[in-house]
Amino acid sequence: MSTLEVSPASSEAGHQHYRVVNDFSIQVGTVNGSGSQTANNVLMRSIFQMGIPVSGKNLFPSNIAGLPTWFTIRANKNGWIARKKEIDFLVAMNPETAREDVLKLEAGAAVVYDEPLKLNELRQDLHFYPVPFDKLVVPVCPEVKLRKLVRNMIYDGVVGHLLNIDFEEIHKALFKQFGPKKAKAADLNWGAVQAGRKFAEEQLKKTDPFSVERMNETAGKIIIDGNSAAALGCIFAGVTVVTWYPITPSSSLVETMIGYLRRLRTDKETGKATYAVVQAEDELAAIGMVVGASWAGARAMTSTSGPGISLMAEFVGLGYYADIPAVIFDVQRVGPSTGLPTRTMQGDVLKNALLSHGDTRHPVLFPSSPQECFEMAADAFDLAEGFQTPVFVNTDLDLGMNNWMSDPFAYPQREPKRGKVLDAAALDKVQEFARYRDVDGDGVAYRTLPGTPHPKAAYFTRGSGHNEKAQYTEREDDYIKNVDRLSRKFASMVAVVPKPEGEINPKAKIGIVYYGTSRYAVAESRDQLVREYGIETSHLRLKAYPFTPELLDFIARHDRVYVVEQNRDGQLLALMRLDYEPAVVAKLRSIRYYGGMPLDARTVTAEFAQQEGL
Amino acid sequence: MSTTITPPPPPPAPPKKLNRIGLEVLPYRGAKTTLCAGCGHNSISERIVEVFYELGIEPWKVAKMSGIGCSSKTPAYFLSQSHGFNSVHGRAPSVATGALLANKNLISVLVTGDGDTASIGIGQFMHMLRRNVPLVYVIENNGVYGLTKGQFSATADRGSKQKSGVINEMPPIDCCLMGIELGATLVARSFSGDKKQLSTILKTCLSHKGLSLVDVISPCVTFNDHVGSTKSYAYVKDHEVALQDLNYVPYYEEISVEIEEGETKDVTLHDGSHLRLKKLSRDYDPTNKMQAVQALHDAEGKGEVLTGILYMEQGRETLIDMLGVVDDALGTLPASKVKPGPEALEAVMEELR
Repeated sequence: MSTLEVSPASSEAGHQHYRVVNDFSIQVGTVNGSGSQTANNVLMRSIFQMGIPVSGKNLFPSNIAGLPTWFTIRANKNGWIARKKEIDFLVAMNPETAREDVLKLEAGAAVVYDEPLKLNELRQDLHFYPVPFDKLVVPVCPEVKLRKLVRNMIYDGVVGHLLNIDFEEIHKALFKQFGPKKAKAADLNWGAVQAGRKFAEEQLKKTDPFSVERMNETAGKIIIDGNSAAALGCIFAGVTVVTWYPITPSSSLVETMIGYLRRLRTDKETGKATYAVVQAEDELAAIGMVVGASWAGARAMTSTSGPGISLMAEFVGLGYYADIPAVIFDVQRVGPSTGLPTRTMQGDVLKNALLSHGDTRHPVLFPSSPQECFEMAADAFDLAEGFQTPVFVNTDLDLGMNNWMSDPFAYPQREPKRGKVLDAAALDKVQEFARYRDVDGDGVAYRTLPGTPHPKAAYFTRGSGHNEKAQYTEREDDYIKNVDRLSRKFASMVAVVPKPEGEINPKAKIGIVYYGTSRYAVAESRDQLVREYGIETSHLRLKAYPFTPELLDFIARHDRVYVVEQNRDGQLLALMRLDYEPAVVAKLRSIRYYGGMPLDARTVTAEFAQQEGL
Repeated sequence: MSTTITPPPPPPAPPKKLNRIGLEVLPYRGAKTTLCAGCGHNSISERIVEVFYELGIEPWKVAKMSGIGCSSKTPAYFLSQSHGFNSVHGRAPSVATGALLANKNLISVLVTGDGDTASIGIGQFMHMLRRNVPLVYVIENNGVYGLTKGQFSATADRGSKQKSGVINEMPPIDCCLMGIELGATLVARSFSGDKKQLSTILKTCLSHKGLSLVDVISPCVTFNDHVGSTKSYAYVKDHEVALQDLNYVPYYEEISVEIEEGETKDVTLHDGSHLRLKKLSRDYDPTNKMQAVQALHDAEGKGEVLTGILYMEQGRETLIDMLGVVDDALGTLPASKVKPGPEALEAVMEELR
């Protein structure tokens, strides 16, 4: 729902009686593979450069070219950048979806469309702007086969004019997008933008209320996707071995990392690599390589999504029982097989926390922003090596693949914590080295690396059947002793995992618990609850499993606590049920969305209102 | 009368035998085997102990890798002062690859079985070959699953009989053929009962740079050593055809025996050691891929077990070469080498503004 700013009617603007400034959503409907991504990113970036808080989300099909795809941009002066459910400004370029897209709009929305589609015949209550894209592209792009790509840039000119976007910013964004090496392509596309602008100036009469005005809310910020942020995080955390198997939506994490590694991690003295990246034959091999590399001392990671995690289950269990570090980025998506690989979900929470067979528990981190993707990479490696165990970082498609504005990342001052590793000199000082002995009482034993030149260094690694000297055993007391040590180890992590963030409102009886990308919708929904229902809420955003005492305290302070999640079954709530007493669980409620789109505030507010009987 | 009897002085302790780096054989041995008495795998473990002891390889430089199965247990029975990893069924290649990525200076020996390699792990096996991962890959091949009590594996020959009388109808997978085809740079077959040949092949593998694959026919005395089995001691002894008489001269020893012109081929290995291949029954050039493939197919048709060095290719890049990594182990590089400075991050941030 838009907030309307009523201003005196302008005599030149026809039936434009009010203006909506810096508060609208744009949706561009195109055909996949038609090069619209560049046009969309330029549009988003130029609004960003005007200092207006903005987000862009690519809602794309699992397809190389030909199927419908949408890009939504949300500009909001209050900083609400969750996906907005209602579309205010539609750019309809795809004949297949244009009619349905128009029929779904709320009254008062604006539609820029490809003239031959005659969308204006569908409804009377919208602002229509027909544009003859095919005619306009001919003079700006003599080369016929490029026209399909350049055509899309025309709508940047039209929309730029209609929304009052500063064309200098569009120019800057466009040339940044293409980079100095593609200046010729940038010139061609700039010609298309200008053609669109000229057409709009001369032929279109602005009747809709939406426009932008310069603000100062984005100065110094960057635009980055979560996968790139995670890649940089791993590099600055000192990753040395990266193995992976391509899978949407995680592929770009490692692909981006490869580019940055070449640049940032080539040894200056020798010109050789201080890292190794291997594209494995499947996710089983990818995690196997991570386990082998971590066992031999590397900071090793892999990146995958749900189906890959399923294949990794056995190795992750081995890592747990044999005390081997591993860092696994899980860019969550919907479904197995042909599922909905290009749709977002928080679907691997329960699975990752409990992955594999036997009694297993794994730490899971929940980044909510590119900045946290960056920071939690180091957290994950420190946890994995510090506690000698596999660690998951559960990001999702919305965070991983979409562009977000972010504060620039602070340089991590903390040195990598490599954990309890005994080298040859340390082995000289110990009476006996027993690989799985809990010397310090925290459940974390000392390890040695293969290749350590010392007769005491060697030990034999195997699954769950080992005693504290790493000898094979099937004795029940040895087994129990070991799994109890692993429980102590998991409990020790509570003190070091990232703590939740939030606010306890003394006036609030109701709390909201959430994690990851639900952050943006929850923030806006809490604002809606105050404005529309007069209900104040407390909130707590979790950053990690195992849960820390702050969560229990938060629940204790409220009558009811809603847990917001992007999955059908309330997976985080299920973990809370496992960990907490029935009296605590009785206070918990669940708000779930599982349609595969980035979560919006309206959905959260509506569900909250319904459950509260408002 | 009394006589004083002085006990004879105890005989001097025999001098302990040491290898060329001053170690006894003890650190090269492992725990007591838990496999069946007479299992071919135990002989292979003994050969590994001998070879590493004789070559004077520092045990701490070695990583012993394995998957799951009888064969995969054996790394516990040799080289007690080497790190070992009994990993996941069929997935030892990925674990071993990872360990080498972290520390390329490890000497990696991977011991596995026919179930591990040719069935559950065939995907990882093939991709390891393709990458020319620098390790010694030993298949202890007995044609059956021992730990689960005698089911056929994918290397069982067509017509071979199970203990229960069931005949195998499926064609076998020949791991050596796959090795030659998919990129192993040293491929050999041996028999657990042939001490000299197996030792020489293992030494050659340790001097080779790249992936060396040794398929050792290693009879299972409990489930596959009966009449009608093509992996029994008796069958292999009767049907083994050795391609060459092999001799190995380590790089640190002077060559004292001249080679016989025309009969023996001398190959200088990567580490400067020499392998001498004396022709036996036929002309065979182990650098000729097509000839190797042909010979294996012919042998299968005749029911022969062809042993010796089947194929070798020297000088090909390994996975580690292709990655172009620094000389020191990646895993233990100091933070100063792996954490870029603040200016590097600031430059990236500036580009994203």
